[in-house]
Amino acid sequence: MVEKFDAIVVGAGPSGNAATYTLAKAGMNVLQLERGEYPGAKNVQGGIMYAAELEKIIPDFRDDCPTERHIIEQRIWLLGDDSYIGTNYRSDAFNTDAPNRYTIIRANIDKWFSERIRKAGALQICETTVTELLRDASGKVYGVKTDRVGGEIHADVVVMADGVNALLAKRAGLHQELAPQNVALAVKEILFIDPDLIQQRFGLKDEEGVVIEIMGKVTKGMVGTAFLYTNKESLTIGIGCLVSDFKQAGVAPYKLLEDLKNHPVIKPLIEGAEMKEYAAHMIPEGGYNAVPQLTGDGWLAVGDAAHFNNAAHREGSNLAMASGRMAAETIIELKRAGRPMTAANLAAYRRKLDDSFVMKDLKKYRDLPDIMHANKQFFGAYPDLLNGAAHNLFTVDSVDKLTKEKEIMRSFVKKRSFFGLMGDAIKLARAFR
Amino acid sequence: MHIVVCIKQVPDSTQIRIHPVTNTIMRQGVPAIINPYDLFSLEEALRIKDKTGARVTMLTMGPPMAEAALRKALSFGADQAVLLTDRKFAGSDTLATSYALSAAIRKLGEEEPVDMVFCGKQTVDGDTAQVGPGIATRLGLRQLTYISSVVDLDLAKREITVQRRSEGGVQVLKTALPVMITMLEGTNTIRFGTMDDLFRAARTEIRVWSKDDCVEDETKVGLKGSPTVVSKVFVPKPRAEKAKFIEAEGGEPAGVAAAAVETIFAAQPKLAAGLLARAAAGA
Repeated sequence: MVEKFDAIVVGAGPSGNAATYTLAKAGMNVLQLERGEYPGAKNVQGGIMYAAELEKIIPDFRDDCPTERHIIEQRIWLLGDDSYIGTNYRSDAFNTDAPNRYTIIRANIDKWFSERIRKAGALQICETTVTELLRDASGKVYGVKTDRVGGEIHADVVVMADGVNALLAKRAGLHQELAPQNVALAVKEILFIDPDLIQQRFGLKDEEGVVIEIMGKVTKGMVGTAFLYTNKESLTIGIGCLVSDFKQAGVAPYKLLEDLKNHPVIKPLIEGAEMKEYAAHMIPEGGYNAVPQLTGDGWLAVGDAAHFNNAAHREGSNLAMASGRMAAETIIELKRAGRPMTAANLAAYRRKLDDSFVMKDLKKYRDLPDIMHANKQFFGAYPDLLNGAAHNLFTVDSVDKLTKEKEIMRSFVKKRSFFGLMGDAIKLARAFR
Repeated sequence: MHIVVCIKQVPDSTQIRIHPVTNTIMRQGVPAIINPYDLFSLEEALRIKDKTGARVTMLTMGPPMAEAALRKALSFGADQAVLLTDRKFAGSDTLATSYALSAAIRKLGEEEPVDMVFCGKQTVDGDTAQVGPGIATRLGLRQLTYISSVVDLDLAKREITVQRRSEGGVQVLKTALPVMITMLEGTNTIRFGTMDDLFRAARTEIRVWSKDDCVEDETKVGLKGSPTVVSKVFVPKPRAEKAKFIEAEGGEPAGVAAAAVETIFAAQPKLAAGLLARAAAGA
């Protein structure tokens, strides 16, 4: 006999978990399918977790959620060849009972989230890959097929939370193949290190943490960013660039990470640490313009599968959780009103997204991916110029300050020309407007 | 038919790391798996289930987290699972473990008589190979260890025929049920459960038994019931010595043979004395 559920959620990442949990809490008969050996087995995140969205779903998450350190300091660094220029913001006001941002080790969070999901009453099945959507003659989705014998399962609605590759939607012809310039490849390592060393090197106590977001020469002119996060007993370091740029430059991602680890300003921070884990993952970076169709008859797409990622602010998992929650709320409302899961009815999900930070933020930065892609000077020339300027300014060598300022100005005009500089300023303003 | 399969959750030995500062084994974060040897026994039990419709009960003793191993075992096709967990069981050696497991099997037998018990050949973390035979001894089951295949199972006569790998070759053994079987590694491959198996695994309530649910004599479990003392851990010396090469090229055959015999006798004086004595007696 074929099993039938109110909803099937495909995937156990943040979006799928948020959807499953919300559905189960509302008393829906929900099945979550995950291809990994355990929930989180396939997931990779830097990662920083933003509390607000998780709190909306699980208000008491702080009671037992295995976070690493809460963030009290944010550093943004622009790397030169042997230097960095940047900004730091640190505040003791971040030491609250309900911190806003945490460093996390994603596998631990997924395991915890899944336990909460099972307690909420959802059925969770791992090591089972959904191979295709079951669709009737009209194209309406009425279930899924898995790689198991007797693998057909029916449901009123299928939530596709199958991640950045969105294979299900692609196979069904609902989504197109990702364009290489709309997806980044990021690699990262977890470096095991004595917690005392973390506290000394970053000036931390207890569970305080620091985040360093990095841009600059280390991406070798490619569109990309890097990061260094402090965990309890480890550091996470990673770097990612657009797949199209990797292809063009012919640079191996691991080589980029090695260069980052050996950069003179990074090396002392990770000295003596032992590599515990190496991971790589794709990140959807196409922004608003790359968001695919989100709903259809009997289906919705959430999280990375829906391309929800704010590359400018390094936010992804919170958009994923928000979209998962909104998809679930849409389903719950329809179910309670006794209305069918048609494309027209499920379109309420899109409206919820449009009214939320998810679409508003993606829309705000809609031009950013194209501008960055067409203006590589932001990743090569400017880091050099700014670091050079700082070096000049902070070298006290009996040259008068006005001459120094003129030298700095000349270096900028020489490299980018006056109109180039003006143009770049306008482009940046447009990208971040 | 009722088959009980005993499994153990063990750390995935391929993923154990040493703490860089304290140089101790880091148990934290090491994934727990079903002892790989147990899976060969589980698969054999499931094959018997396929043929006879037997009921397969999974049994393990361990901390509450061992439930994951049982649920995984259910997803391969087992019918029910019992977790034996209690602080009083902590620190059990093989004697105490086999006592607790046999008590649980006896209790399961009250619900439905147990015809076969399957155990792993040994565990990858303890490597003793004692628990299976310990259970068999306590329950009076016939022991079939290091089995490479179950050749025949005659339910009418309640007889089982198996092949057992031994040092000298293969033994074909026939005995009467009930039996305790440990399967040899590589004799089968654990199956990929069906969708129905996965649904059952996800929905089945794992039965949790404490000491009070099945054990009569408290002094026989946990640290109290464990006489084993690990006094020292060491790496044994390799037994095999390096081979000696005797040059044969261009030499007289008789001379080469004499040199070989001389070399062997020099290395094994007892063997030399014995052979020479026998040669003398024969002559």
